[in-house]
Amino acid sequence: MTATLERPSVPAVKKRTVTPARVALHTFLILTCLMTLAPLLWAVYASLRTYEDTSVNGYFSIAKSLTLENFAKAWDIGDLPHFYWNTFLITVPALIITLLLSSMVAFGVSRFSFKFNLLLLMIFTAGNLLPQQVIVTPLWRLYRLIEVPEWISDSGSLIDSPIGVVLIHIAFQSGFCTFVLSNYMKTIPYELTEAARVDGASVFRQYWQLTLPLCRPVLAALATLEFTWIYNDFLWALVLIQDGDKMPVTSALQNLKGTFFTDNNLIAAGSLLVALPTLVVFFVLQRQFVGGLTLGSTKG
Amino acid sequence: MTALQEKPKAVAPQGPPPRRRGKRATALAGTDKLVLGLMLGIPTIVHLLFVWIPTLGSVALSFSRWNGIGGFEDIEWIGVSNYVEIFTEYPRFWPAVQHNLIWLAFLLIVPTCAGLLLAVLLDREIKFSRIYQSALYMPMVLSLALIGFIWQLIYTPDGGLLNSLLGLSDKPVDWIGDSDINLYAVLVAAAWRHTGYIMLLYLAGLKGVDPSLKEAASLDGASATQTFFLVTFPVMKPVNIVVAVVTVIEALRAFDIVYVINKGRNGLELLSVLVTDNIIGEASRIGRGSAVAVILLTISLGVIIPYLYQTFSKENRS
Repeated sequence: MTATLERPSVPAVKKRTVTPARVALHTFLILTCLMTLAPLLWAVYASLRTYEDTSVNGYFSIAKSLTLENFAKAWDIGDLPHFYWNTFLITVPALIITLLLSSMVAFGVSRFSFKFNLLLLMIFTAGNLLPQQVIVTPLWRLYRLIEVPEWISDSGSLIDSPIGVVLIHIAFQSGFCTFVLSNYMKTIPYELTEAARVDGASVFRQYWQLTLPLCRPVLAALATLEFTWIYNDFLWALVLIQDGDKMPVTSALQNLKGTFFTDNNLIAAGSLLVALPTLVVFFVLQRQFVGGLTLGSTKG
Repeated sequence: MTALQEKPKAVAPQGPPPRRRGKRATALAGTDKLVLGLMLGIPTIVHLLFVWIPTLGSVALSFSRWNGIGGFEDIEWIGVSNYVEIFTEYPRFWPAVQHNLIWLAFLLIVPTCAGLLLAVLLDREIKFSRIYQSALYMPMVLSLALIGFIWQLIYTPDGGLLNSLLGLSDKPVDWIGDSDINLYAVLVAAAWRHTGYIMLLYLAGLKGVDPSLKEAASLDGASATQTFFLVTFPVMKPVNIVVAVVTVIEALRAFDIVYVINKGRNGLELLSVLVTDNIIGEASRIGRGSAVAVILLTISLGVIIPYLYQTFSKENRS
């Protein structure tokens, strides 16, 4: 309780707060944070060392020299640009369409009252909580069944096609987004859309020009969150894409493992390169990321 | 669609002129109805088609014998034989159940306690709180597949960090290869990521606790510990439920990390692996895989339904 009172105090008074308990608290927190960061820092350290160095001296040693060579090698051997592009082709459309579709449902259920409003919301919310393995077998079969023209997918079906992966991301992720967005939209005063309606605005305009702009903060939060989730997806791509060449970068790591079997330094560099986009998003948009997760857990 | 009507408030005081009965009695014009129908209909169809229809598909296929390659005419309906076989004969099933249960227990104990403790410590005005939070959240953005790769650098018997730190370089422990301990090694890595999430949930929960409650408790002479366990923690019941749901689902979903490490074998069998093995692994028994999926579904519904109930019954009241 006293801690809340300390905030407005002037710096001179702050000195009093340096108690042994405070020091212990900060020491504990610093150690915990270092332990949390350690695995990643260790990977960075390993990635900067040469294979010759670590194979002679072991990993637990002072580096003879540091080099970025492993990153260049992983980039080339792992053909990372190609796999990044595959990921891009999946993540961007999936992200945009998920937000679009879920905001439509959220708008519908939060601004109008139907008999089946609650049911609809429950279906979406429950859907997002299912373990993927519950769905995956019939989905895999369904995808082989759905025929699409060859200019969309050269396999002739949704299997082995980025579109198939995009579709399941949309279907699966729209559960969470609908839940969060509908909670948020319920906090927007009804009078706003009502006024627009009286002025003759169509339902679509109430959605597109009125409600969506008001949802910008939550859309930004969801976009950040969904980007990392879709980017990090491993299972859908692993099952639904059989041609290793079409894998997104996260699942393609699996291919890298075979290639770099013994060279852990190279694996470390490759892993870090794959992690990079999500780490950048996290450090730049941390507020949105945390906000999105918080919104998902508490009622808006 | 006939049930369509706007919230009661929609009848504005200065309301439109009296309407004729029939079609005009609904508040929405024809095109608006159509637009709204499409806005709700298309996403719902997509969601049902790719999420719930396959879920029902798993249930149906769990009563069949099928290799999944041939046409539907090859499906042989065999009743509950798959379940009987799974429970009595399938050698990988019970180990997988056990591993999933250990996974769940571990996640419920270690990251939950650690996350709660860290949230309590950070939920006050301390310096550098934001920096601490950033560091602790960071593992959350990494995929479990990637975490599998990164942690192998720590666990590897040839020169890995852990063996070196423990001074075991001469007689290295194979943390990943030894089927007695690899599950726990993997769990530490999974918990590493899960802790930040739990902390985030509890931090949000703690912010939502009415400070006057804590004040009242301390006025009544409760110690800080008493206040926390008797007042704050019970008040956070909704967050506790979310934490429980998230953790159970996470434990059931666990797959990527073990698949990356050794494809879920040799001590790392999980129910999720038994399902996917039928489509991307060696086994090709769609029926048996689906039956395992249905078991997963049943367990997850055990937490999903109470969660829905608690979330949406509140909704109805408000």
